[in-house]
Amino acid sequence: MSSSMKPVNQKAWLLILPVIICVAFSAILPLMTVVNYSVQDIISPERTVYVGTEWFKQVMRDEELHSALLRQILFSLAVLLIEIPLGIALALSMPAQGWKASAVLVLVAISLLIPWNVVGTIWQIYGRTDIGLLGVALDKLGIEYSYTGSARDAWLTVLIMDVWHWTPLVALLCYAGLRAIPNAYYQAAQIDGASKLAIFRYIQLPKLRGVLMIAVLLRFMDSFMIYTEPFVLTGGGPGNATTFLSQYLTQKAVGQFDLGPAAAFSLIYFLIILLLCFILYNWMQQLGQQTRTEDIHE
Amino acid sequence: MNERRFKKRTIFLLAYLLFAILPVYWMINMSFKTNEEILGAFSLWPRSFTFDNFRTILTDASWYSGYINSMIYVAINTLISLTVALPAAYAFSRYSFLGDKHVFFWLLTNRMTPPAVFLLPFFQLYTTLGLMDTHIAVALAHLVFNVPLAVWILEGFMSGIPREIDETAYIDGYSFPRFFLTIFIPLIKAGIGVAAFFCFMFSWVELLMARTLTSVNAKPIVATMTRTVSASGMDWGVLAAAGVLTIVPGAIVIWFVRHYIAKGFAMGRV
Repeated sequence: MSSSMKPVNQKAWLLILPVIICVAFSAILPLMTVVNYSVQDIISPERTVYVGTEWFKQVMRDEELHSALLRQILFSLAVLLIEIPLGIALALSMPAQGWKASAVLVLVAISLLIPWNVVGTIWQIYGRTDIGLLGVALDKLGIEYSYTGSARDAWLTVLIMDVWHWTPLVALLCYAGLRAIPNAYYQAAQIDGASKLAIFRYIQLPKLRGVLMIAVLLRFMDSFMIYTEPFVLTGGGPGNATTFLSQYLTQKAVGQFDLGPAAAFSLIYFLIILLLCFILYNWMQQLGQQTRTEDIHE
Repeated sequence: MNERRFKKRTIFLLAYLLFAILPVYWMINMSFKTNEEILGAFSLWPRSFTFDNFRTILTDASWYSGYINSMIYVAINTLISLTVALPAAYAFSRYSFLGDKHVFFWLLTNRMTPPAVFLLPFFQLYTTLGLMDTHIAVALAHLVFNVPLAVWILEGFMSGIPREIDETAYIDGYSFPRFFLTIFIPLIKAGIGVAAFFCFMFSWVELLMARTLTSVNAKPIVATMTRTVSASGMDWGVLAAAGVLTIVPGAIVIWFVRHYIAKGFAMGRV
């Protein structure tokens, strides 16, 4: 959302009111309930004791949480660094029209449509060195590979699975963004004799700013909350090489029935994502504004 | 020079498509095998070709009703999401008003809540409202993550449309609804196509909320699938077949919105 000289109109609130009602309906009450849990020791539904910030302190001191958080941040960074450039490149190389465009669109979108537990299950078989295509292929190439035995292989498999699963999201957003650029821009660039690189840098990239912002934020927050796929594929192992934050949280909430600490954990988790997204969002907006002023100066 | 560049692009695209298709192929491959063959030996295609896995799903009401339930609530959800998001995205892209930036960002924060702990409050809320095990409950619950997504995507596309177009239309005597429906919406077709597809997709594959809010009457296919894991082990073949069938509705949706996405602004106008 850029702020360049939009007319002030308070009636615009009427247009966004339905959205606020729809979202708040299912967002505010559950959030309040979780806040409520987080400051109580719930011994049974009838017996609860107010404990203040005790759970928060306990969660903050948790060593295992620190290592899970570090793993999580590394994973999300890797996801962004691979999926965003790959998605843009893919969008640029997809045909713009005709039956080929339709066919490629469908093929690219398929991985998004598979339920996440099935994604994990398929890769579980796919990566096995005795009966899976990927595992057998790697084995034939003489590469020692085992996603259940080696921490590095497990981590890489989860990462590649995520790239396979989610790069299409970035690609589809960018593809639609590219199609929304009026032909006149390209014609003007052609008259100026601009190179492919210049067209990308000065026409396509600035016009993609909006969709890229969405893509980066979505991929960041979703990868930060990744749960089902690694849980099904590796169960968090070997050791806890692929135990990401949400799996650790679920172990606490469901496995140990510790609703109070789990709620405190959830809120801290939420605040970390919120903070990191806020930083990313502002950084990307500044980046956009900087390039815009650069363009004007040129 | 141009020719070579074109070739490089095609090779890159084909390489990616291969990478994208192989796991899907493996799933299709598995869906036509028996469990013994899946676990027994490596084979590039089914040796003892069988339709049994698909037959299990298509003849058992508790299986195929899962697809119908999912389609019902996903359709309701996508429809509501787009209907409320379109005017809101327009407001965000065209006007500034009190708290606009905060509300815009707040919307997205609703996608950031880790679900594990929020499931219990959700369960309590919908039980109190008497909406448990209905399609509308799941459709409403999924609005939490789909509406913000739709608003953000549509706002991105609307901001790319010059404001002069609105002003010219008003000078020409268009009323707001008429301008919005007949001029503006066709301009952001690509955005609407993508937003619709993503709303469909995220609602279609969401498991935790959908499973928590339903038991029998509205049980979605993603929840039905979890029962292939049983005491006697995993029913890999049926799970793969169910996975193949979950792709079909989405592929149809993207086939229908492909023109919106592929043509968009560049060719649709003037």
